[in-house]
Amino acid sequence: MKPPILEMKNITKEFPGVKALSDVSFRVAEGEIHCLVGENGAGKSTLMKVLSGVYPYGSYSGEILFNGQVQKFSGIRDSERAGIGIIYQELALVPEMSVYENIFLGNEICKGWTVDWNETIRRASQMLAKVRLDVNPETKVRDLGVGKQQLVEIAKALSRDVKLLILDEPTAALNEDDSANLLDLLRDLKQHGVTCILISHKLKEVISIADTVTVLRDGKTICTLDAKKGEVSEQVLIKHMVGREINNVYPPRERSCTDEVVLEVKNWSAYDPKLGRMVLKDVAFNLKKGEIVGFAGLMGSGRTELARSIFGNPDGYEIMGEMYVRGKKQRFNHPKDAIQAGVAYVTEDRKAKGLILIQDVKQNITLANLREIASHGVIDGNAEVKVANEYRESINIKTPTVAQVVGNLSGGNQQKVSVAKWLFVRPNILILDEPTRGIDVGAKYEIYTIMNRLVQQGMSIIMISSELPEVLGMSDRVYIVSSGRISGELPIEEATQEKIMHLATN
Amino acid sequence: MEFFQNLQKVLRQNIREYGMFIALFVIMAIFTYSTEGIFISSRNISNLLNQTGYIAVLAVGMTLVIVIRHIDLSVGFLAGFLGAVAAIALVFWKLPVWVVIPMVLVMGVLAGLITAFPVAQLKIPSFVASLAGWLVYRGALLLSTMGTGTIIIPDEAFNAIGNGFIPDIPGLDFFLPKVHKLTLLLGLLAIILFIFSEIRNRRKKQEYNFEVLPLDIFILKLMFLSVLVGGITWVLAGYNGLSWTVVIMLIVVAIYHFVTTQTVLGRHIYAVGGNPEAAELSGINVKNITYVVFGSMGLLSALSGILFTSRLQSATTTAGTLFELDAIAAAYVGGVSAAGGVGKVTGSIIGALVMTSLTSGMNLMSIDISLQYIVRGAVLVAAVIFDVTTRSSRK
Repeated sequence: MKPPILEMKNITKEFPGVKALSDVSFRVAEGEIHCLVGENGAGKSTLMKVLSGVYPYGSYSGEILFNGQVQKFSGIRDSERAGIGIIYQELALVPEMSVYENIFLGNEICKGWTVDWNETIRRASQMLAKVRLDVNPETKVRDLGVGKQQLVEIAKALSRDVKLLILDEPTAALNEDDSANLLDLLRDLKQHGVTCILISHKLKEVISIADTVTVLRDGKTICTLDAKKGEVSEQVLIKHMVGREINNVYPPRERSCTDEVVLEVKNWSAYDPKLGRMVLKDVAFNLKKGEIVGFAGLMGSGRTELARSIFGNPDGYEIMGEMYVRGKKQRFNHPKDAIQAGVAYVTEDRKAKGLILIQDVKQNITLANLREIASHGVIDGNAEVKVANEYRESINIKTPTVAQVVGNLSGGNQQKVSVAKWLFVRPNILILDEPTRGIDVGAKYEIYTIMNRLVQQGMSIIMISSELPEVLGMSDRVYIVSSGRISGELPIEEATQEKIMHLATN
Repeated sequence: MEFFQNLQKVLRQNIREYGMFIALFVIMAIFTYSTEGIFISSRNISNLLNQTGYIAVLAVGMTLVIVIRHIDLSVGFLAGFLGAVAAIALVFWKLPVWVVIPMVLVMGVLAGLITAFPVAQLKIPSFVASLAGWLVYRGALLLSTMGTGTIIIPDEAFNAIGNGFIPDIPGLDFFLPKVHKLTLLLGLLAIILFIFSEIRNRRKKQEYNFEVLPLDIFILKLMFLSVLVGGITWVLAGYNGLSWTVVIMLIVVAIYHFVTTQTVLGRHIYAVGGNPEAAELSGINVKNITYVVFGSMGLLSALSGILFTSRLQSATTTAGTLFELDAIAAAYVGGVSAAGGVGKVTGSIIGALVMTSLTSGMNLMSIDISLQYIVRGAVLVAAVIFDVTTRSSRK
C-alpha cells in the first residue's frame, strides 16, 4: 500500500447535545480515489468540514496528518494553502462573474497593485483545458449548466495546486452524461497524481470508480474496504451503511388503516422554473384513512418538493397531473386552499419555514386558523389562551406559559408547537416532513405517540423521513423516492433497511 | 428595599419598552431646564404636538411597512402632492371640504396600491419601487403648482384641521376661567379608562398564570402614566385645549393600535414580518398583506398631506420634502426592527415625539440648524444601538 497522504486519527466532534463524530479514523493513500459513504447524518460532511478547517483546530479533538505533517487548520485558507481543495454540494461560484474571474477569485494574479487580467485569462484557459471544459473563459458562470459549473469549481481548485481534492456529492444534481464525464475527469486527474475523496450516495458510481471505500455510520468509522481485493459490492456497502440495530423506540400501535382512499395523486410531475429542471417525474401514490405512509429517500430526492407541490405549491412549480382528495379532483393554488380542504403540512425546517420564532407559543399555534378564535376579524384573547393551553396539555408542550416566545423553547418543544399549530386547523391529512429531525429521543417518542393517536382517530399521515428505522417503525406502507420519481413501494411487512436503501440509491 | 429591587428588575427586563418613555422624559426635562421653562409652556407643547401630527401619522403607516420588511420612500412627496391636489380642488374646482377630504384619502390609497404592485407581484425591492414614486410625486407636485406657485387656501373649515382647537363646554366660565374644561374632562376620562383596562388586563393575566408586574411596581406604573397624561392634559388645557390635529392623531393611533394588537389582520401582518415563508405556508396571502400595508401607508400619506397643507393654509412647491425620512427615523427611534416582525405603533408615535421635541427644544435654545441635524442623527443612531443591544442581551 502506498504511503498515506492523509491520516485523520481519533476525530471527535460534538455539537450542543449531539456527538456528530466519535473517534473517527480515516486514512487516504496517495493517488487513490477514496469514496466516503454513509446515510444522511452519518457524519461525512462534518468529517470533511473538520478536514478543511471549517471547524477550526481546537473545536474537535483528534489529530490530522497531511503529507506526513500534523496540521492545525484554523480556517479554509490554511487547508487550501496546504493543498486541500473542497467542492461542496452547493457550488461556491459567483454567478454574475465570468469563468476566469471565478477560477482566480481570492487568488488573483497580480502585477504590482493591479490584477493582470491577460495572464488570468491565459492561465484560466489552461485550467479549463485540464478539466476538458470547452467554454470561453469570459462566459458568465450564470450561463453555464450545473455540470459545467461543477467543472469550473474543479478548475478553480486545480488552479490552487491541490494535492487532495474533496467532492461532496458532485453528481447529485447532474444528469447521466455529465456524471459520466465528471467521473472520467476524476480518473484522469488520478493519472496526474491528484488524490480524491468522493462523497456519494450513488453506490453504482462508487463501485465503478473507487479504489477504497470507507463507510461511516452514526458518526463512527464502520470499515474501510479495498476495491482491488474485491471487497466492494452494493450488498456489502448497504449492509454496512444501515447495519444498525433497531431499538424498540417506537410505541406499539394497533393498525387502524382502512380501505378508504383519502388522497390520490397520479401522473404528478413538477417543473421548477427557478432551477430550470424537473423536480418530480410522473409520481403516483395514494393514502388511506387511518394510515401512516412513510416516504423514504435520500436528501434532495424530491420528497419535500412532492409535499410542497401538493400543499398549495408555494414555490410556483409548473405542475402536471391529477390529485384527488377524498375522491374529488382538486388542485390547490395556495396553501390556504389546501388548509381549507383539510390538508396540513409540518415543514422539515421548523425554524426557517415553520415557526415565527419571535412570537409566542399561543400566537404560533393559532396562526393558521385564527378565524376560529375571532369574530368579525377581532381576536378573542381568552379563546386563544384556552386553545393554546389545551394543546399544551394534550401534546405536552413544556413551557412555563403559552405566552413564552417560541425561540426560547427546546427543539423538541418547538416541534410540538409546529404540530399543535397544524392540528388546530383540524386536518384529515397531515404531512409531516422530517418530524423528528434534531430532537432528542424522549421528544421523538412523544411525537410518535401523538402520530399513533391521530391515526387511531381517523387521520391520515404522510411521514417524510430520512431515518430508516423511523420509517420502518412507524409506517403502514413505504414509498421510496429517488431523483424525483417513486422508485418503489413496499408494504411494511416486506420493507427492510437494505431494500429501501437499494431503491433509494438506484 | 424589596420595592427598589423589584423596580430595578422590571426596568432591566422591560428596558426596551420603557426606554423610549424615559428618553422622552429626559429630553423634555433637559429642554425645560435649559429654556427656563419655556419648553414646557402650554403654548409650546401645543405647538409641538401640532408639528408632530403630520410626521406621526406617516410614522404609524411606516411602522407597518417596516414590520413587513419593506420601506416606502414615496410618502413625503405623495403627501405634498395630495396636499396640492386638495388645495386645487378647494380653490380652483370649488369643491366642498367634505368632498375633497375623502377624495384625497382615496387617491392616497390608490397611490399606495400602485407602489405595492411591483413589490407584491414582481418582487421588485420596495426601495426601488418607492424611490420611483418619490421622483414621480415630486414631479407631480411641481407640475400641479407650476402655474400658480403657492396656492393659498381660504377655506376655514379645512384650515381648522391643522390650526383649530376643539370647542369648550359652554356656560362654565365661572369655574377655572382660563382653562379648557372639555380637554380636562377628556383627559380625566382617558386616565380612568386606562386604569380600568390595565387592572382588567392584569386580572386576566393572573387568571392564566402569566407573569405580571409586582403590585407595587404596577401601581407605580399606573401613577407614572396617569401623571404624564394628566400633566399633558393640564398643560394643553391651559392654552387652547386639544387641537383637531391631536384629536386626529389620537384616533389614528387608537385605530392602528387596535388593528395591530387585536385583529386577525394585525396578526397576519406581524406573521408576514416575522417569517414570510412560514406565513405563506400557514395560508396567509403575503401578496394581499403587502397591498393592505402599502394601501394604508398611502391613506396615511394623504392624511399627512391634508394636515400639513391645512397647517400652512396653503400648498407649496416643496411640501413634503424629507417627510419620509423623518417618518422612518421616528419609526426606528420608536423601536421598529429592520429585520421585520417587531415594532409597535405606539412606539413610533413616541419616536416621532422624541424627534420633534429635539427640533422644538433646540429651536427655543436658538441652536443653529446645522447642529440640530447632527444632534438628531446622533439620537437616531443611539436609539437604534440601544434597541439592538438590549434585544441581543436578552437572549
